[in-house]
Amino acid sequence: MAETRIPTVIADELHIVYRVNGAKTGKGSATAALSRILKRGSDDAARGVRKVHAVKGVSFIAYRGEAIGLIGSNGSGKSTLLRAIAGLLPAEKGKVYTDGQPSLLGVNAALMNDLTGERNVILGGLAMGMSREQIKARYQEIVDFSGINEKGDFITLPMRTYSSGMAARLRFSIAAAKDHDVLMIDEALATGDRKFQKRSEARIRELRKEAGTVFLVSHNNKSIRDTCDRVLWLERGELRMDGPTEEVLKEYEKFTGK
Amino acid sequence: MSDRPSPDDGISAAELAAKYGLSVSGARPGLAEYVRQMWGRRHFILAFSQAKLTAQYSQAKLGQLWQVATPLLNALVYFLIFGLILDADRGMSREVYIPFLVTGVFVFTFTQSSVMAGVRAISGNLGLVRALHFPRASLPISFALQQLQQLLFSMIVMFAVAIGFGSYPSLSWLLILPALALQFCFNTGLALVFARMGAKTPDLAQLMPFVMRTWMYASGVMFSIPVMLADHPKWISDVLQWNPAAIYMDLMRFALIDGYGRENLPPHVWAVAGGWAVLVALGGFVYFWKAEERYGRG
Repeated sequence: MAETRIPTVIADELHIVYRVNGAKTGKGSATAALSRILKRGSDDAARGVRKVHAVKGVSFIAYRGEAIGLIGSNGSGKSTLLRAIAGLLPAEKGKVYTDGQPSLLGVNAALMNDLTGERNVILGGLAMGMSREQIKARYQEIVDFSGINEKGDFITLPMRTYSSGMAARLRFSIAAAKDHDVLMIDEALATGDRKFQKRSEARIRELRKEAGTVFLVSHNNKSIRDTCDRVLWLERGELRMDGPTEEVLKEYEKFTGK
Repeated sequence: MSDRPSPDDGISAAELAAKYGLSVSGARPGLAEYVRQMWGRRHFILAFSQAKLTAQYSQAKLGQLWQVATPLLNALVYFLIFGLILDADRGMSREVYIPFLVTGVFVFTFTQSSVMAGVRAISGNLGLVRALHFPRASLPISFALQQLQQLLFSMIVMFAVAIGFGSYPSLSWLLILPALALQFCFNTGLALVFARMGAKTPDLAQLMPFVMRTWMYASGVMFSIPVMLADHPKWISDVLQWNPAAIYMDLMRFALIDGYGRENLPPHVWAVAGGWAVLVALGGFVYFWKAEERYGRG
């Protein structure tokens, strides 16, 4: 780490709120929907729109060269926080400042099951903002890394014919093909068979070296210990602890009763 | 980690961000910067539209043949109802009416499906919007582009019908190009407008089919507006004829059909067509961009 630490991500009292339409308990009926429209002017609660306060006032500063783990039980707001840092979810209150464009490791949503693996590699690359030349240069690397063609020429078949493991491997390979300034990984380590997991862990270490700052969401304390030097512990949308990996994990394990 | 003393202690987050040149994540770029980003994503926009088009029929046995078969069947249905049963071809010979009807159906479908795709462009792709970074206008534009490619397939049927009823290729067919370009601009603008509205109110997807059907019947897809409304006040037929859908249909018919001459077009038709295209395309783009940072909240 450098003498003066350079911040790459600053979260300042960040609040994220989801709004869910028509989720008012037991009232999914047409009359409820109608009253929702008629009461347009009044507040959200009266219209049957439920608010889910997913992240409540989280502040932290991440510096260049850090690998930060995010832990917490299911639904504690980890993935939401990552998306907010990436600027993909609008903040209700507070702000996130970032150096360059943070990217989330994942292209699942851009891929189409009815297209061949080959076309998905190109589409996924373009969706991540790579140029056609960059994709062409990396294409063979991506296919080889995924290991899709180890058992025959599968890359020219539609993705819907792949087994779930094969599809997950191809998705990870496409996502990991790009270099990032601030990289965020959401439990991507647990895909594929043992051999592929080894390969993807190595690739993540490589990406970490190239990226300025890495965020990793995982429920696997071992992979957090292996890769991160600082941990943020979220619980019910609040930042419960922020510190060196060992300290936080010890408290977390006490909390979860391990 | 954060207990180590540093020269940056005690200053606010905003000042710290300014000091190291950090920018607010997810903030809306300026209009010029936005256009530049869109240009950077042009390959994605094109690839996405082509992928959607191919994926559409990839499970069917006949595959991409449906790209042409679907519009052909569509035209047959309308011919059966309006041409044979209802005799809506008042004031036109059969040689003019059949291509008139087919052209109308295809050109209107182009606008209709662009609007419908626009409504769902953001609300139907929340996964994509929440996972990756790109100017959100890429999505509605990409969907409008998909519809344009779909129309190009329909044109094959359209040409065949025109030739089959005695309108042979001539220089006037070249007018199809500017007419299509203007309509595409208009459709894209409309898709952008409805993408923003549909992102806020997904219910529009249920409502829009009725609005679009009303618009279709009011635009003279299967009948000639001046002939059909001859015994009503003139301003009604004027208003209907100047609506963009009717304008683009008439331009295409004028270009394609020999027996459909100048006398069927309202005055200044090209200026009106261009005006609608520029107004809606620019307006729609700015309107969509104004909410750029809010897409993805669901």
